[in-house]
Amino acid sequence: MSGLEDLYREIILDHYRNPRNQGELETPPAVMAEGFNPLCGDEVTVHIHVEDGVIVDMKFGGHGCSISLASASMMTTVTTGKSLSEAKDIIYSFKQMMSIHEGRLEEGSEETGSPMAGLGDLQALQGVVKFPVRIKCATLGWNTLEQCFEELDSQ
Amino acid sequence: MSFDVSVVKKDFPLLSREENGEPLIYLDSAATSQKPQKVLDVIDSYYREINANVHRGAYRLAEQATTAMEEAREKVSSFIKSDRSEEIIFTKNATESMNLVARSWGESNLNEGDVVLVSSLEHHANIVPWHQLAESRGIEVRWIPLTESGLFDLTDLDRLLDGVKLVAVSGASNVLGTVPPVRMLADAAHNVGALCLVDASQYVPHRPTDLAELGCDFLAFTGHKMCGPTGIGVLWGRSELLESMPAFLGGGEMILDVTKEGFTTNTIPWKFEAGTPPIAEIVGLGAAVDYLESLGMENVLDHEKTLTSYALQTLSDRFGNDLVIHGPTDVSVRGGVLSMCYQDVHPHDVSQVLDSHGVCVRAGHHCAKPLMKLLDVNATVRASLYLYNDESDVDALADALEATGQFFSP
Repeated sequence: MSGLEDLYREIILDHYRNPRNQGELETPPAVMAEGFNPLCGDEVTVHIHVEDGVIVDMKFGGHGCSISLASASMMTTVTTGKSLSEAKDIIYSFKQMMSIHEGRLEEGSEETGSPMAGLGDLQALQGVVKFPVRIKCATLGWNTLEQCFEELDSQ
Repeated sequence: MSFDVSVVKKDFPLLSREENGEPLIYLDSAATSQKPQKVLDVIDSYYREINANVHRGAYRLAEQATTAMEEAREKVSSFIKSDRSEEIIFTKNATESMNLVARSWGESNLNEGDVVLVSSLEHHANIVPWHQLAESRGIEVRWIPLTESGLFDLTDLDRLLDGVKLVAVSGASNVLGTVPPVRMLADAAHNVGALCLVDASQYVPHRPTDLAELGCDFLAFTGHKMCGPTGIGVLWGRSELLESMPAFLGGGEMILDVTKEGFTTNTIPWKFEAGTPPIAEIVGLGAAVDYLESLGMENVLDHEKTLTSYALQTLSDRFGNDLVIHGPTDVSVRGGVLSMCYQDVHPHDVSQVLDSHGVCVRAGHHCAKPLMKLLDVNATVRASLYLYNDESDVDALADALEATGQFFSP
């Protein structure tokens, strides 16, 4: 079973079995976006309620694989309560982590200033990089969150 | 007479590959087939010994290349029991073959309000070209519904055929395994003055193909699903149709004459083969046909039927309601394509665990999104059987599925 433990870390399985912040918010005042992963049929919805530039509430929903749902669940716990600019920084760091070549995985984890620092539990998704086909699953919720931000900007 | 699958397996070098000491269990032949050494040798020796451009060369090497290519055409022609090799057109894959019919025949024969009848289980290659014609020429795309078990529901066939100019269906489904009654549909099409096109990508590699029996007017299939290389597809068409159709791609080879004012087209099949053909791939396809003929397609079919029965039985015995296998259960109307949903584990996760056990399957919509919607799923896990698979492969699949269950719901 080589490699499976790299991908499906305990915390990921936990978020998959016990998703946090699953559901919807009333729109308005919340905004909503839907994301799709055409490769395997994952679909994720994200609702966010922003007041005075702070994400006061966030919910996610949809149908998808364990990686897409766990990642979305973890996203809601990490970004709720943050300001829009803090949330955008976290998204950026997360995507940086997802784009690290698997050969460089060992280098980065302990350095400060590297993408992984400050991501906390999200670091568990690091292993996804070894399975490139699943990267789109891990980033789906995050891309959908960015769509929410665009929705807000256009209002 | 049947073949010995343990001997057949050894013909395929990739199948003896191991990962972490475990053998590769290849169950994705519906996506692409593995290649026997004989096919690899022929492609290699083509480039080493007789490579030259075809049809024009004035030297012996070019004649040898041309002969090798046209001999392969004859082989493909006999393989599907066509008696006119000029009815065999080489394309790059079945998708291109379908598009050739849509553009070349469709654009000059279909007008606003004309109906193309497809089925609800089609691959996108037999859907999108017709949607394109709907956009450009205002045709209507109509759908044959399916029964609960994935067979064609033809109770309303007369109404379905109203206004139809082309019936375009799969010879065998790449998701459900369903083998529709093509002959009946071809006859019904002809009765209303329509033509019949068959997407035979999952048919020709798996069972004896006889054009007279099928009764269709166009047949599309692809080399890489029948032990041949990628990059080579086939369109068979009735010569009177091909002769009446305008050319598809324009360029060299497909012309007789070109002036500053215009051009005249070559005779069939070359009218539809613009540019330098994939010569090595064509020769490789010829070698694949030789290999399949040496096994005998009746034997290939028998083996697959038996193995599919074993798979359906084994999976049902071991998993019961935990494993839903879509499509018909009767192996006389279904091929060895098994699309499955396991408990509530997402297909992507199932295929990940299976991969860690060396079992290669596909997860996704299999280029059949309208069918997925009908089945009310976003994706399925698909295992597909071919002539080099045996019961131990099915057992390995079952073992890996069990491991999946343990992993996600311990």
